[in-house]
Amino acid sequence: MTDLATTLAPERTAPVPVGPRERSTAGRRILVGVLAVLLLAALWELVKVVVPDAGGYIGEASVLPRTDDLAMPHVWDVVDRVLQPETSATGSPTVLSAMLSACWFTLRVALAGWLVGSIGGLLLAALMQRWQLAESALVPWVVLSQTVPLIALAPLVVGWGGRIHIGTFEWQRWMSVALIASYLAFFPVTIGALRGFQSPPAAQVELFRAQAASWNRTMLSLRLPASVPYLLPALRLGAATAVVGAIVAEVSTGTKGGIGRLIISYAQSASGDPAKPWAAIIAAALLGLVAAALVSLLGLGLGRYRYAEVR
Amino acid sequence: MRLTRRTAWGAAAVGVTAALVLSGCSSDDGGSDEPAASESAGGELTPVKLQLQWFTQAQFAGYYAAVDQGYYEEEGLDVEIVEGGTDIVPQSVLADGSVDYAIAWVPKALASREQGAGITDVAQIFQRSGTLQVSFADKGITSAADLAGKTVGNWGYGNEFELFAGMSKAGLDPATDVTLVQQQFDMNAFLAGDIDAAQAMTYNEYAQLLEAENPETGELYTADDFTAVNWNDEGTAMLQDAIWANSEKLADDEAYQETTVKFIKASLKGWIYARDNPEEARDIVVAQGSQLGNSHQLWQMNEINKLVWPSPEGIGWIDEDAWNQTVDIALETKNDQGATVITAEPDADAYTNEYVEKALAELKDEGVDVSGEDFEPIEVTLEAGGN
Repeated sequence: MTDLATTLAPERTAPVPVGPRERSTAGRRILVGVLAVLLLAALWELVKVVVPDAGGYIGEASVLPRTDDLAMPHVWDVVDRVLQPETSATGSPTVLSAMLSACWFTLRVALAGWLVGSIGGLLLAALMQRWQLAESALVPWVVLSQTVPLIALAPLVVGWGGRIHIGTFEWQRWMSVALIASYLAFFPVTIGALRGFQSPPAAQVELFRAQAASWNRTMLSLRLPASVPYLLPALRLGAATAVVGAIVAEVSTGTKGGIGRLIISYAQSASGDPAKPWAAIIAAALLGLVAAALVSLLGLGLGRYRYAEVR
Repeated sequence: MRLTRRTAWGAAAVGVTAALVLSGCSSDDGGSDEPAASESAGGELTPVKLQLQWFTQAQFAGYYAAVDQGYYEEEGLDVEIVEGGTDIVPQSVLADGSVDYAIAWVPKALASREQGAGITDVAQIFQRSGTLQVSFADKGITSAADLAGKTVGNWGYGNEFELFAGMSKAGLDPATDVTLVQQQFDMNAFLAGDIDAAQAMTYNEYAQLLEAENPETGELYTADDFTAVNWNDEGTAMLQDAIWANSEKLADDEAYQETTVKFIKASLKGWIYARDNPEEARDIVVAQGSQLGNSHQLWQMNEINKLVWPSPEGIGWIDEDAWNQTVDIALETKNDQGATVITAEPDADAYTNEYVEKALAELKDEGVDVSGEDFEPIEVTLEAGGN
């Protein structure tokens, strides 16, 4: 029964061998990635050279940003700053180690949020697949949920959380952050999973029905495997948005320990030490990539289902 | 089947790894950022939560010093200090009962009161306003009247009323006589020359200027490079950091009334400690995990002390004249959107000296100097970037 999905679809019995192809090009992909980073750095320096320090103007309107060292510090200054101690206080860690521990904190909170959001999204998608009515009723709300600005939501979540005491369990500030991250992460997962669940062709669904397969059996043996190509990119996207959500929520709620908070703290020295906030911004961007890459690892065990991944 | 099982194992392995990573999340220090304040004392401590307006910095040194020096514990309080964030409104958090006390600026708190937040100013820690309007010295802007025809920056969000009151008092129409610019929270636009006169707090943005490099000399800017309009001198200063308590609980909860006196007393002691030991107080704040630079924090500590001391009637005392000036400006000054801070006189619950009076009496009995008449600020040298 388990293999029905693949045996039923002769046109798909020769899946593109994703694994080996990826392996052979992995080295090249890393190389391209490094080149892209170098190119970006070169572009940054080029803009600094070409655009005047005061920025570009058309008449009165500013069209290009200022490029002096205050607004756009040199790449090597940023790299150098990362290796220097954070402050002159004795025993102050380097900016690098401060950022690494901050990223580690944010990554764990974002992963917690991603997990909650993904599970929620999957359940919601299953519900919507099960009942057409639920789908028509819920989809507008799911879309609408993403138009609520995070900064309006954050204080509310903190406010509710502050009053939760169940036995010895006490709501922590980081849980509010994780919840906000999950709020962003659930959206792509819901939409991706729903499309995936609905992706098996009518012939396959009808075969299951003809054999009187229950909804659960159809879900487990047909819809779930079929949804993998849709689900993996959705989960990856969810991971990236969870990181964004965690960073914004940290700033918004004043949660200590993460990279979002570090960006704001460093930004306070933007006028005197401009390389410092840039270092934190770059770290935050890299963190999103790391989170998405971690989630792609999920795909390693599921290569067999990834015959036509929607990338 | 063989294939399927292997696939399942692969997925399971990834799942277990993820679970391990996540369980690390909940078990160690990552989640809890509360300082463990109460472990040492023997007796029952009353838990108290204090909500700050912003992240940990020397602006709140008195409270951190009171925790560190055990002043709260001596009063039987277990105080947890809750940091603020960009979207945390301390007055709202206090009014909805999540915390017991909050630090907030008077005009902002008055605006929240008018929207229904039941809060009362029980101790006015800062006696003076720390807001300046800073310009380069060569622009010759030394009073509010000199702002005529200039580009004037302000942060908005209720931070602009001293400026608008000052300009109106000097006979300027903020709408036509100056060019108003919304200002970011760093000083880059000012340094680049986009803004002639920028808003700055003595203890933060002004320091950022002195931490920045002057591209002409390659050295840091000095105080001689700038002039500042001080709203305390212009007579349009508004009261800033105060301790706010929940009005409802003050009215009918006797235990809360007692706690309030104790909390104020210990907090004032913390501020007195910060006055007498600015460098130690700075170290206490830095140890709380502030990422602001070391010299910046000491500068901030020193400037905050100047806002608090001397306090002729005793630290925390709410001066009626200063209060009335704040209320008058809040009622009458319109910003560029034509809005005032409040539309009606605040009721009698808005402030009370009842609790701070008791706290001050107890401190005087202990022989503590609560007015700081001979307070002298220290000299602080800022380093590049405040580091």
